[in-house]
Amino acid sequence: MRTKSYVPYLFLTPAIVLFAVFMVYPILYSFLLSFQTSVGGEFEFAGLDNYRRLFQDEIFWTALKNTFVILIIQVPLMLTISIVLATFLNTAKSFKGLFRVSFFMPAVTSLVAYSIIFSIMLMGDGLINQALQAIGLNGVPWLSHPLWAKAALILAITWRWAGYNMVIYLAAMQNIPESLYEAASLDGASKLRQFFTVTVPQLKPVILFTAILSTIGTLQLFDEPYTLTKGGPSDATLSIGMYLYQTGFRYYDFGYASTLAYVIVLLIAILSFVQFKLTGDE
Amino acid sequence: MKTNRITSLFLFVGLLIGAIVSLFPFYWAAIASTNESGKVFSKPPVLLPGGKFIENLSNLNDTIGIWRVMGNSLFVVIVYTALSLTICTMAGYAFAKFRFKGRNVLFAVFLLSMMVPYHALVIPLFKMMAAWGWLNTYQALIVPNLAYPFAIFLMRQNMLAVPDAMMEAGRIDGVSEAGLFTRIILPSVKPALAATAIFLFMFQWNSFLWPLIAAQTKEMYTLPVALSSLFGLSRIDYGQVMAGVTLATGPIILFFLLLQKHFISGMLGSSVKE
Repeated sequence: MRTKSYVPYLFLTPAIVLFAVFMVYPILYSFLLSFQTSVGGEFEFAGLDNYRRLFQDEIFWTALKNTFVILIIQVPLMLTISIVLATFLNTAKSFKGLFRVSFFMPAVTSLVAYSIIFSIMLMGDGLINQALQAIGLNGVPWLSHPLWAKAALILAITWRWAGYNMVIYLAAMQNIPESLYEAASLDGASKLRQFFTVTVPQLKPVILFTAILSTIGTLQLFDEPYTLTKGGPSDATLSIGMYLYQTGFRYYDFGYASTLAYVIVLLIAILSFVQFKLTGDE
Repeated sequence: MKTNRITSLFLFVGLLIGAIVSLFPFYWAAIASTNESGKVFSKPPVLLPGGKFIENLSNLNDTIGIWRVMGNSLFVVIVYTALSLTICTMAGYAFAKFRFKGRNVLFAVFLLSMMVPYHALVIPLFKMMAAWGWLNTYQALIVPNLAYPFAIFLMRQNMLAVPDAMMEAGRIDGVSEAGLFTRIILPSVKPALAATAIFLFMFQWNSFLWPLIAAQTKEMYTLPVALSSLFGLSRIDYGQVMAGVTLATGPIILFFLLLQKHFISGMLGSSVKE
């Protein structure tokens, strides 16, 4: 009745072979590339030259700064909206399913498609400025002003992902024991207070999970700035991901582009670690 | 009692605003795809369908060969989903139901690789494809992502829940190893298979960076790459662009509405159970 010991390996072989060739090998190879520069088409070992170059590269610092500005504003903003919507939906009595589907809908659209829709809506004489003017406000130079272009990007990303995170929160909220709320309300805690003393602490692990996922996503930001703002105006929305693409596939500087890739790897590792530490326990 | 009613009205209005914000861009894109190009900026805005959809579509076909592009996307997505689901399900099964040397280390390596950004892979992948003469081919779009760690993880988690007793009973009845997998395990994880298939489908359908690099001529473009190239032209025909956007989103939305639960659990990695 014993299983032959090679059986599991048979089931694993296709996955292992593909994983080794298309994942492990590229990761190691790009690590090597990050220490090389191309001299007349041939790659040569260049020590830490690429890493030194980072420090003098103003465009890199701009891209890094842009990515962090977007990260620091967008992730908390989106997660707040998600958790508020989830709380509303959790207490709502009617049309629950309908609302849930509506909020989740943006998450099924392709990144390029929604970026195009937002880009057209945000143009100078586009729909959003028309709406602003209709209520007596001034139009906003969404795509042509460095600060507003970042705002446009933040707005679009928040639209795309808020519902996705909301569904995660909603599922977690349904696992919070009702008795905790009953006890809080016996103590005279208002609904708002219950939100901060019961809901938020109970959701802490889930909030951490979504924060890490969103952080990883934002550090790799590419599709949206590529389509929505093309990185402009004057590099104001250039992300590290986009800079890597330009370096690698417009200037074919594979060595330096690999160095940029490892900057992203490093940032993801550090930020995930920090977020774990910040939230404390296990 | 009265405050309660006011609160729930407030909640309802808040949710309604959220829903309108979520849905309006889709509505507007669909409307714009049925109107003349210039109408996206007309004042007051045009919010009702016009009769230009077919015309926009045929212009779109003249510019980027939309049917060919659509065909590319569908072909790549369907072949990819079928192959990847098979490979990842098999791997997930090995991790969930067997003890063997190196299992934990191997599984940990798969999990860790999920933290590696795609950007760290594209340059070596591009060089490999170039060396093999795979650039601008279907296999370049399909093969590199077949072993998708997250899909392996999803299938493993779901197969852990299948009782070992079922497999033992099968073994006693003389069912072969392949038979155990196809006749006992697979039927009991159908919802997980559906969710994982949708996850893989969505990943490939929306994938942009890699096809942008690997597909180099119009004939090989997938939908996102074609749309992006169209949107990068110096003179943009908005009617055409919106027709393309509608083609890229419409079918997925329909699909989503039909298979909501599988969709949500697939995209969230089955963290939602209801």
